[in-house]
Amino acid sequence: MAEAAGSGAGGRGSPEPGTGTGTGTGGGWRRPHGPLQRYYGPSAAETAEAAPDPADINGPHFDPEVFLNKVRSECPLGQLLAREAALGREIRALDSDMQTLLYENYNKFISATDTIRKMKVDFRRMEAEMDDLAANMAAISTSSARVSAALQDRHRRGAQLAGVQALLRKLQSLVEVPGRLRRWAAPGAEPARALRCHARARAVLRHYRHLPSFRAIEDESHAIMAELAQRLRARLRDETLEPKELSECVEMLLQLEEPPEELCQEFLSHAGARLEAELAALEAELPPADPPSGTAATPPPASDILDFVDRGSSSFVGTLCLLATSYRSLFQGHPGAGGGRLESFAAALTNRYFQLLEQRLALERGLGDTSLLVRALDRFHRRLRALLQLLPAAGAEPGAELVARAARERVQRYLRALQTFFLGCLGDVRQALAAPRPPGKEGPGLPDLLATLAASVLGQLKAVLAYVQLFTARDVAFASLPYFKGEFCVAAVREGLVVAFLRWLCRTARAFAESPPERGAPAAPPALLLLLARLCLDYEATTISYVLTLTDEQFPPQDGDPAVTPAAELCAEARAAAQRLLDHYVQVQGAAVAQMLRKSVETRDWLGTVEPRNVRAVMKRVVEDITAIDVQVGQLFEEGVRRAQSSDSSRRAFSVYSSSRAPGRYAPSYTPSAPMDTHLLSNIQKLFSERIDIFSPVEFNKVSVLTGIIKISLKTLLECVRLRTLGRFGLQQVQVDGHYLQLYLWRFAADERVVQGLLDEVAASAAHRCLDPVPMEHSVVELICERG
Amino acid sequence: MVQQQQLQNISIWKAVLLKGTLVNFTSILSYENMARALTPQTAETDAIRFLIGTQSLRYDNQIHIIDFDDENNIINKNVLLHQVGEIWHISTSPADKGVLATCYNKTSDGKVMTCAAVWRMPKELESGSHESPDDSSSNTQTLELLCHLDNTAHGNMACVMWEPMGDGKKIISLADNNILLWDLQESSAEAVLSSSAALEGKGQLKFTSGRWSPHHNCTQIATANDTTVRGWDTRTMRQIYCIENAHGQLVRDLDFNPNKQYYLASCGDDCKVKFWDTRNVMEPVKTLEEHSHWVWNVRYNHSHDQLILTGSSDSRVILSNMVSISSEPFGHMVDDDELSDQEDQHQEEKVKEPLQDSVIATYEEHEDSVYAVEWSSADPWLFASLSYDGRLVINRVPRALKYHILL
Repeated sequence: MAEAAGSGAGGRGSPEPGTGTGTGTGGGWRRPHGPLQRYYGPSAAETAEAAPDPADINGPHFDPEVFLNKVRSECPLGQLLAREAALGREIRALDSDMQTLLYENYNKFISATDTIRKMKVDFRRMEAEMDDLAANMAAISTSSARVSAALQDRHRRGAQLAGVQALLRKLQSLVEVPGRLRRWAAPGAEPARALRCHARARAVLRHYRHLPSFRAIEDESHAIMAELAQRLRARLRDETLEPKELSECVEMLLQLEEPPEELCQEFLSHAGARLEAELAALEAELPPADPPSGTAATPPPASDILDFVDRGSSSFVGTLCLLATSYRSLFQGHPGAGGGRLESFAAALTNRYFQLLEQRLALERGLGDTSLLVRALDRFHRRLRALLQLLPAAGAEPGAELVARAARERVQRYLRALQTFFLGCLGDVRQALAAPRPPGKEGPGLPDLLATLAASVLGQLKAVLAYVQLFTARDVAFASLPYFKGEFCVAAVREGLVVAFLRWLCRTARAFAESPPERGAPAAPPALLLLLARLCLDYEATTISYVLTLTDEQFPPQDGDPAVTPAAELCAEARAAAQRLLDHYVQVQGAAVAQMLRKSVETRDWLGTVEPRNVRAVMKRVVEDITAIDVQVGQLFEEGVRRAQSSDSSRRAFSVYSSSRAPGRYAPSYTPSAPMDTHLLSNIQKLFSERIDIFSPVEFNKVSVLTGIIKISLKTLLECVRLRTLGRFGLQQVQVDGHYLQLYLWRFAADERVVQGLLDEVAASAAHRCLDPVPMEHSVVELICERG
Repeated sequence: MVQQQQLQNISIWKAVLLKGTLVNFTSILSYENMARALTPQTAETDAIRFLIGTQSLRYDNQIHIIDFDDENNIINKNVLLHQVGEIWHISTSPADKGVLATCYNKTSDGKVMTCAAVWRMPKELESGSHESPDDSSSNTQTLELLCHLDNTAHGNMACVMWEPMGDGKKIISLADNNILLWDLQESSAEAVLSSSAALEGKGQLKFTSGRWSPHHNCTQIATANDTTVRGWDTRTMRQIYCIENAHGQLVRDLDFNPNKQYYLASCGDDCKVKFWDTRNVMEPVKTLEEHSHWVWNVRYNHSHDQLILTGSSDSRVILSNMVSISSEPFGHMVDDDELSDQEDQHQEEKVKEPLQDSVIATYEEHEDSVYAVEWSSADPWLFASLSYDGRLVINRVPRALKYHILL
């Protein structure tokens, strides 16, 4: 009602009374539920909330007196009137509500009353029936007790009979055991079921064996089982048994409590026989170990190596794995069949397998497909690893060793192939050099030959490295072995292949210079010497370091590896070889020219010769040859440093063309003065000039090489002239020849003074060896030389 | 003459610069004389004496007898005239000190012929008793001709060899392609050709050099022609072995190992010295390659055959120690018992390293090609070398090496 009061107060404030009336009607709509609710227990919250207010018309503590007093004292008249009207209205509404409720629920009251009356009547009948029931139940229980007492005895007997029957059934099955066993253990039947049956019966039989009948059964079954065992054993000896059957067989025998040790032996021997047979099959593919000598080329093996390894690993290694597994499972925990036996057994067999494989690998003579070999080895290694997980003692070391050896062997073979290749190239070069050339048509020049040779050798080396790299490829299982990571890269490839090849190359090249040309094979043509010298020099300069870098990249060396051959050492070797070759070239060419000069001096009659009109043909030939050598060397070597030419020489060179009469140093020695002066001069000159080494090492340039050759030639001329006795014209001929040589040779030499000095000595010696030393006029000499 | 003296001074002065001492060095011949022929006086075993033959086309040739006084380092020179021609080869009798043979060039009618003759020197020069250091060239004496080796039918004489350790009655001369064995009769007054052999073959074959082996009862000689070395039996005059292409070029000289009967040394134009076992002629036992030009001469030391002397036209003389192929035991073989008997255990020899094959010394005193080297017949540690310009150098084996060999 507080709300109504509120709204009343609102209504009082509002100018339209209609609105307040509307509100009051709205609030009155819920009013009938309120008292009911209170009646049935107002909520505690509400109770606590509502403070006792005697003025609250709807509250439980309403006191009409207080309310009236309060209203009368507080409200103005208008409000009082309105309140009165509102109260009247409310009372009327409440009355009508009550009437409606009563009317609505009246029928329900009536029917409820009827129901209660009916129930009273029914209960009375039920009570009587319940009494009946109780009586019946008592009768039933007594009769039931009577019946059960009567049946108890029978029950006991029945149970007893059932027990006896079960026992009898068991006995029957026992009795049937031998028959069954016989049936199942018969050949070709199911021995496994027999075993199961026997296993079940055995304990019982053993327990009752003191009873004769049981004993008989037991004995009989024992006999059967023994027979079975016998048969199984016989089967075990059968060669054609599959490994799976074998292990079944052995398993059954084990169940028959055969001695495991013996079985183990049997098992192994059978397995051994089988594996041997497989090995023999493999071996049959190999040609006989000792091919009859004479048939040099045994036919190549029928199948390739990959095939062989495949078969070997699938049949032999597979079977071995299978057998090892079944052995393990069969003899697990059996004393006396320890692992050691299996291990040694397997080790022996794998050893034989390795041997066979090795023999087969040895057949891979040529440089077949390396990738095939690598794949074969890889497969072998993988299978072996699987086997090793089963049998760690089956020979991990020899297996890895085998792979490593095969790889090494292959690398070795590559080295030989490289060597053969190089020799082949050299042969080609020799052929190209020796091939007769149609005049006017130049064959391939030395630089071309050199480039071809160097490129093909390097290309081959690279190809070989690429092949060898297959061994260390990432996808190859054995590449992860420590050997292949470390030692193979360094010892086998770098040292064994690359360094060995470079060394061999230097040695081979050197051998061309070392081999005494007078013995054995025909001497190498000089051009080849020159070519090889240049090749070695190029190797020293670039190729060696390039190749080594390449190798180190492709086969990275591990840290802490044994010391490798440094590039510098190889370079030194190459340089030494180059030096030796070039020296030899100089000697050979020098000797050729010298031989010509020697023969010409030795065979001529120097006493009876006529006055010289011409330069001797041999001198022209010498100049021609040296010019040709100059061209040849110039193709491959640089010019080199020439000692600065003195003005004297340029004048002399000029004089060749201008035919001026500039006196060279040559001239004074022939002035008709006392011979003593000649000696004196030459000796004084000698005292202060350096000693000339005739056969001395040369430098790697054209000038040095040519100087060496000229020195050898002129020294020969000197020595030969000293062995002869000359007439006047002989001396003059020497004079002419000397001048001619001087004219054409000085430009080849590094230091023309060397040429000059040697020719002076020739002249002096000739003068000394002359019976009538009257030299020719210098102008005439010049004239003759110019004409020639 | 003044000039000569000056030159001599210069060269001695230079030698002093080179060596720092004059002990092992003497230059003695004057410069007008070119020379190639040198020989020790084989029959002389006490005094150190060498004979040198000069080569001159325009002056009288001479034989210089050089006496070397080892103790005082004094050189005596006696000169004998050899007027028939320039001397290309000289050799002395192993039995008679006064007898020698020369090969010389004779020029007549525009032809040069090399002949050979046996000579006797004056008695007083034989044993070098001539002690006068004054210039002996003033009173030069002449050689007495004993006999000519008649070669009119055989060609030019290359060399004359005396039978080693013989009685001086047998000589062999090589003339072009003939081997001529002579008997000297009636105290060498006549030479009778007792047997001969000729080398037949393609082209003009010509012996360059030969050596008479002291082994096999002196029945073998070795000859060189072109690049080939051949062995001959003097009894049958048949070839017994042949080393084809012994050298790449001409073979210049040979020598037999005095202590090992099958060992032979050869040298030639390929600058090499090779050692051969004549039982296996396919390969040389050893090769030396030290010279830088033709090797003209190779000589074994007469007593210590590991010492090899070579002379070359590179103007060098090289003394090598070829222990590995010598008759002396290679390595060190000290008798241990002997050592332990001796008191001092700290014997020096124990520590001593065995010598390896090596070049002991290279002598560079010569200015011109060296055409002859010879060991002294009297002193095994002394040798002489002769270069074309006429300079004779006498050297000793280094003292350290000498003691090493002896002790």
